[in-house]
Amino acid sequence: MVKQEVYQALGLTDAEYQKIEQIMGREPSSTELAMFSVEWSEHCGYPRSRKYLGLFPKEGKYEALIGEDSGGFVYDGLAIVFKMESHNHPSQVEPKQGAATGVGGIIRDIFTAGARPIASLDSLRFGPLSEPYNRFLLKGVVDGIAFYGNCLGVPTVGGEIYFDESYSGNCLVNAMSIGICKKEELARARAGGVGNPIMYVGSSTGKDGIGGCSVLASHEFGEGEEKRPTVQIGDPFTEKCLIEATLEALQTGYCVGIKDMGAAGLTCSSAEMAHAGGVGMEIDLSKVPLREEGMEAYEIMMSESQERMLVCVQKGKEEEIGKIFEKWDLHGVVIGYVTENNKLKVNYEGKVVAEIDTEALAKAPLYEMPAEKPNNLDEINKLDLNSIAEPKDYNEILLKLLASPTIASKEWVYSQYDHMVQTNTVVLPGSDASVLRIKGKKWGLAATSDCNSRYCFLNPYRGAQIAVAEAARNLVCSGADPTAVTDCLNFGNPEKPDRFWYFKNCVQGIADACREFNIAVISGNVSLYNESPKGPINPTPTIGMVGILPDLNKHCTQYFKNKGDVIILLGETKNELGGSEYLKVIHNKVAGDCPELDLTREKAVQKVVYAAIQQGLLSSAHDCSEGGLAVALAECCISNKNINLGASLSLVVSCQLLVRKDSLLFGETQSRVIVSCDKSKAAEIEKLAKENGVPCEQIGVVGGRELGIDGLVDLSLCKLEDAWRRAIEKMLV
Amino acid sequence: MKFGVVVFPGSNCDHDCYDVVADVLKQPVEFIWHKETKLKEFDCIIIPGGFSYGDYLRCGAIARFSPIMEEAIKYANNGGLVIGICNGFQVLLEAGLLPGAMMRNTSLHFICKYVKLKVENTDTPFSSQYKKGQVVRIPIAHNEGNYYIDEKGLAQLKKNNQIIFRYVTNPNGAVDDIAGIVNTNRNVLGMMPHPERSSELILGSQDGVGIFKSVLDWLATR
Repeated sequence: MVKQEVYQALGLTDAEYQKIEQIMGREPSSTELAMFSVEWSEHCGYPRSRKYLGLFPKEGKYEALIGEDSGGFVYDGLAIVFKMESHNHPSQVEPKQGAATGVGGIIRDIFTAGARPIASLDSLRFGPLSEPYNRFLLKGVVDGIAFYGNCLGVPTVGGEIYFDESYSGNCLVNAMSIGICKKEELARARAGGVGNPIMYVGSSTGKDGIGGCSVLASHEFGEGEEKRPTVQIGDPFTEKCLIEATLEALQTGYCVGIKDMGAAGLTCSSAEMAHAGGVGMEIDLSKVPLREEGMEAYEIMMSESQERMLVCVQKGKEEEIGKIFEKWDLHGVVIGYVTENNKLKVNYEGKVVAEIDTEALAKAPLYEMPAEKPNNLDEINKLDLNSIAEPKDYNEILLKLLASPTIASKEWVYSQYDHMVQTNTVVLPGSDASVLRIKGKKWGLAATSDCNSRYCFLNPYRGAQIAVAEAARNLVCSGADPTAVTDCLNFGNPEKPDRFWYFKNCVQGIADACREFNIAVISGNVSLYNESPKGPINPTPTIGMVGILPDLNKHCTQYFKNKGDVIILLGETKNELGGSEYLKVIHNKVAGDCPELDLTREKAVQKVVYAAIQQGLLSSAHDCSEGGLAVALAECCISNKNINLGASLSLVVSCQLLVRKDSLLFGETQSRVIVSCDKSKAAEIEKLAKENGVPCEQIGVVGGRELGIDGLVDLSLCKLEDAWRRAIEKMLV
Repeated sequence: MKFGVVVFPGSNCDHDCYDVVADVLKQPVEFIWHKETKLKEFDCIIIPGGFSYGDYLRCGAIARFSPIMEEAIKYANNGGLVIGICNGFQVLLEAGLLPGAMMRNTSLHFICKYVKLKVENTDTPFSSQYKKGQVVRIPIAHNEGNYYIDEKGLAQLKKNNQIIFRYVTNPNGAVDDIAGIVNTNRNVLGMMPHPERSSELILGSQDGVGIFKSVLDWLATR
């Protein structure tokens, strides 16, 4: 009888163990038990979340591609493949290697689809920088992303960083990668053709990362635990060679299927490839290249050593494929072959160490988790604006908000990432979205990632919808039409009903918003158990979105360009302060409901901006988000290093008279975009807005060396820049 | 004019250099695999940026021993034009084709950003398209771009007019703000900034293309 502590140490429950015994009809071997533990973990098998992921739309206005490990859409005969994935717990334990291997893993998901990776984005979340460990984490994570991504030659072109107490004890590192290939060259992660050889390619296997996904990723952090040995170590040089070798091998047309050995390593790749192809597989672990002696079978099956793949090759072509990997100084050896019996049979040193039905292994149990609204949320949602004192000095407030690390310039971070390699980055980091060209094409791509988790904490359904709406708005402000979504769903322990209530509602919010925008959710990742003794993280459904610019030359950026340009606000400003950065930073309050969102209005605003950019009417377009209008206007003035232009504005007009001044300046009402244009074009924009029922007001003029708003704000560009540009760097010394 | 772009394992600006030659200069270009032991006929060889062999040892220190480098050194010693960009510059230093060495940036961080460079010498095959004293915008992307040379060596560089580009604002601690140098014969250029990233208007600057156009000019008049 297998001892309880053995399977519990692997992360399996008593009931799960009994089910395994039942499936096997006997006591499982240690290797089999280890394989079930990883495949049934939340990280691989999604037993608690799977049911809800079915809510996402799988089709949209662009032809969607949904593969085993990633997804994408088709445009102009090309497949644009992308996905976002978390590496939260490893990064909390060992930030540099955790983040580095996060980048490595997501990029492997892209090139195993046959697509050359063309860009990465990283969505990061930390606790306040006042705590030394959070500073250590930020530095380590940035260092890890730079260490890995720069070496690979895949530009890190964008992302986001938020700071909030809820991430102290459990930071978030969500890495996204985008790749491109001809539609007909897409590779699948499935085995097929009985007798076809199974090849192991890439780096050798060591003892690193054993149990990474079942033990580390699928449980919350406890007190004083030592989990470093479960973190993998990255080797970007090997990955760079693996990218080139894999793409070269796929070009031969001799590969039937290919899968990354990521989470759960060889177990996951062999079982899932066989299952996806409806076949069996027999592999011999004695043939696996090892980097240390005396490894046990279960260690080889569970190792999460990086930079490895499993390839199913056409019979007779194994030598040719092996030679390609050899050319790049990588392993390329046959370790098994495809069988017809739907079983995964694993041999080691002449003995059978595991024989499992792939269906049973790949189909993790499905759990219906109880969900319950947190009992204090109604209380938190109450916010009496009269209890918030209006500030006396708006200049001081604006400077404080600009220096808040969530709002401040992220230049310290992105200047450490190579964001220009591959010579496609048309709009560099620092605008609403990054814009990429595709060599030889008139069109281009824009990419962004977004999620305000404070909104999701206050109102998960609407907060998640806002994340989708804002991502779309960022793309539109760059001149792109949103095409499809990848998501990275970061939540607390799903076994606690209030956490699961957040999960359910956020998923529903994303699904409904994507349907409204008519875009598919093409890939994603679920990361649960994000909590520490300090409590759960804010619910954080990070949205990664990619858009198409039909004419790359018509891309748009957020900064003011010309003196004398008219500044127009599209959308209306409401009396809303709930969940705002202003309320948090200035009044130290997380309260109220998140801003309202009318998706019909949102779409109308986006339609106007998109049309105006396509018609060449705009000089700039910038979405209003954290910090409200005042922060957005300051960013329009100072976020381009080469041209800094001031502006003088009057916001207190027409209907906005009813809005409190702090709400007017710093409230985060959704569906608002600040655009600037030549005076002669203002009428055309107003006409477009009117046709679409979008409120539209001229609020000022570009020029001068100050930002002036209604006599409330009057600050020199130098002062604004000084507060904003180096704020994060200053907090790290 | 035929260009060759050397590919080491870990090179990652090889395609960028190739594309500039093919798409912007409209000239024939080929990749040269590092294991090759025979160099074909080329008019100019580019050693591109990247992380050859992962740069796990000193940058460029392993690449320098690749089979192709023996040929490249011979080619350079016979007067052939060689451009080393970023990691390529580091390889040329390690190979002894250019004097000096690279240290880590003083910030101890990788830095990727546009910088301004002052053109110091236009009398080379690589810089004739510029005006002396002209300020150009070309991006950098490196961790080890802090160029070092001893005083005697620096005096030699100055005396021979070997300094081609200086940073207007020094981003990495390089001695005498040095961003790019040539050898005494002026047929080998090493520079940390990436001209291939600033050779097209859509990317925000065309200031780098002058280097490649200078090469074409120089080759045409021979």
